Amino acid sequence: MNIANPLPQACTTVSVVETLAHTHLYDCYQCGKCTAGCPMAAQMDITPNRLIRLLQLGREGEALDAQSIWQCVSCQTCATRCPKSVNCAGIMDALRQLSLEEGRVSPAQQRVMLFQKAFLDNIRRNGRLDEIELIVQFKLAGFMHDRRFSLLFQDAMLAPELNKRKKLHLRGKKVRDRAVLRRIFARSMDHS
Amino acid sequence: MKIGYYPGCALHGSSDDYEESLRACLKTLDVQLQEIDEWICCGATAAHSLNQKLSIALPARNLALAERGGFGEMLAPCPMCSMQLIKAQKALAGNEGLRREMSRIVELEVRGTTRVLNLIQVFEQIGLDRLKAALKSPLKSLSAACYYGCLLTRPPDVVEFDDCEQPRSMEAILTALGAKTVDWSYRTECCGGGMTMASEETVLDLSHKILSNAAAHGANCLVVACPMCHVNLDMKQPDIEHRYGVRHGMVIYYLSDVVGMALGLPESALGINRHFVGKA
Repeated sequence: MNIANPLPQACTTVSVVETLAHTHLYDCYQCGKCTAGCPMAAQMDITPNRLIRLLQLGREGEALDAQSIWQCVSCQTCATRCPKSVNCAGIMDALRQLSLEEGRVSPAQQRVMLFQKAFLDNIRRNGRLDEIELIVQFKLAGFMHDRRFSLLFQDAMLAPELNKRKKLHLRGKKVRDRAVLRRIFARSMDHS
Repeated sequence: MKIGYYPGCALHGSSDDYEESLRACLKTLDVQLQEIDEWICCGATAAHSLNQKLSIALPARNLALAERGGFGEMLAPCPMCSMQLIKAQKALAGNEGLRREMSRIVELEVRGTTRVLNLIQVFEQIGLDRLKAALKSPLKSLSAACYYGCLLTRPPDVVEFDDCEQPRSMEAILTALGAKTVDWSYRTECCGGGMTMASEETVLDLSHKILSNAAAHGANCLVVACPMCHVNLDMKQPDIEHRYGVRHGMVIYYLSDVVGMALGLPESALGINRHFVGKA
């Protein structure tokens, strides 16, 4: 399988997920081992094995709308322990990507998506992560989304503590050639 | 010994105490680190969550830069970075079309010939015998819980390092340096990784369980080889204590901290004084 190839035009969500995750969804026989080892399963609306089952049944909409795909911490335990070598962690990645592309990220999990987007945007501009810029950008995006002040002030007391330990870096060393980052991002985002 | 060095964003950001520690420690062992010129972020969880192609392209550029620098081996002390780099390397090795496509995308020919090492592997290359020979102050007071977290050993078919359920490589190093290590249950459980900002309660919950289990098994410190694990277990420990109404007071060392201490380096030379949780 070639992730660099364009996705086929009229393909089903199942085949797109299989292509993105390099895995076979129908290999899953629902033993539940992925969910048993998942550190987030207790908080999830739809657990990993049930997400796979939904895809097998053609109910991909429910999987793409799930909160759990954004609660996943990408620890890789599910894929590591699967007796059928189903890349469950890769399926989570694929579902996140499709959920974002189709604009159907669970409203309760917008914050995680906004953080990941702010992170990538930061890399696109700087080449390397600028932590302070990321914090500001993420907090503003979060505030614009839910108008709640709690996120703005979360960790407000951390800055002086970091500063005391010389861990607050106002200006990171940037990459000299930052234009190449924009080109790499543009080519990677381009599905044609 | 001279090897390439891919610090990754964390070690040039708020986790630069990790860089300070491993640089001091490896210098004592005559390992010269040469930073990869113009390295860029590996993309981390954000890239593999939002765009699969980008999650190969960003590491691929770094692999190409390392090859251009002529490095046969490269240390990537952050397990997120090393896993991403190796994952890209394996994807390229198995697919010539993808390799050519990625070379075009990243504007550099990438072959994937540089071997990516985590910090434990660098110590293994130096060898336990050499570490023992350089031992100046045995770590007698430590009962260490070696914590591997997720990506040092997972996915196993990508990183191909140690045992993914019962790793022992850090214990072997610490034991050689005179420390006691404890058997405990959370050695490969997740601390919450990069969710520190996006979902703080996730990190506090998972990290609290890790700290509690280590203490219950008699550990007086945790040893990690990952900047994110250190952030969640050390920097967030006051928040964990506040949220759960407990006092952990668990010192979190980087692996290079404890090796450095055994080699006789003072804590200040290793950046240990810059951690959040100090010795009780």
